[in-house]
Amino acid sequence: MENQHTLKVSTPSDREIVLTRVFNAPRHLVFEAFTTPELLKRWLLGPPGWEMVVCEVASKVGDPYRYEWRHADGRKLGMHGVCREFAPPGRIVNTELMDGYPSESVVTTVLVEQGGKTTLTTTAHYASREVRDAMIKSGMERGVAASYDRLAALLAPGSAAGTSQAGA
Amino acid sequence: MTSSERLNLTFAALADPTRRAILARLASGQASVNELARPFAMSQPAISKHLKVLERAGLISHTRNRQQRPRRMEAKRLAEATVWLERYRRIWEGNFQRLDALLEELKAKQKRQKHSRR
Repeated sequence: MENQHTLKVSTPSDREIVLTRVFNAPRHLVFEAFTTPELLKRWLLGPPGWEMVVCEVASKVGDPYRYEWRHADGRKLGMHGVCREFAPPGRIVNTELMDGYPSESVVTTVLVEQGGKTTLTTTAHYASREVRDAMIKSGMERGVAASYDRLAALLAPGSAAGTSQAGA
Repeated sequence: MTSSERLNLTFAALADPTRRAILARLASGQASVNELARPFAMSQPAISKHLKVLERAGLISHTRNRQQRPRRMEAKRLAEATVWLERYRRIWEGNFQRLDALLEELKAKQKRQKHSRR
């Protein structure tokens, strides 16, 4: 049953990453969870140990937005951008720039509802190969990889934590 | 070449459907250029071009000991790309599992509000 909700990641081109995920909720609620600071702070956290400390959202075309995270060990991570399209409850297009990186990507979020379930498709389009390069580097060299591995261990099939999370 | 440059080559090579089909064919055993070209409506030079991209990305290799130089798949490079994508997938899956729980809460709240309005 959980399988149909599994996140799919694909790379249709060398500048894009596409995420697809089904949620068991109508899309106006998913849209709300993507655009309301109090709600975003509860799920957009990444690996364990990170907390979202700044969450300024965009609510119309041209608005800037800014997110910042802080880890228990003092590390910080931030990103910001500008809203290019804002069409509740089905579509958002934002530019996205991670702090410390030279060039931005464009992230398109599309929500499609069918039978009370919502399919989310997020397409991140990188401005250049270099930007994607930098992003991959950050994951591997900044020690974030270690955090991901901890998370991977937690979510691995068969582990107690993985089982309970999958059933949640 | 750095690991990220290598990943870049790998993902660029995998972005093309013909090249993915070639890899799928090679996953079941090595094959010559002629054998690889057969299922596609493409000239042999066109296929050779694709093979060069796959080779440069380290996804396939050829043996020199025979005239036909059959190509074979290099699983290690594909595994590196998969590991990176898998890390990315897991971090987002963590986010989305939290979102699942939150959405259940929001649905319950909406239901209660509808109920109290009646």
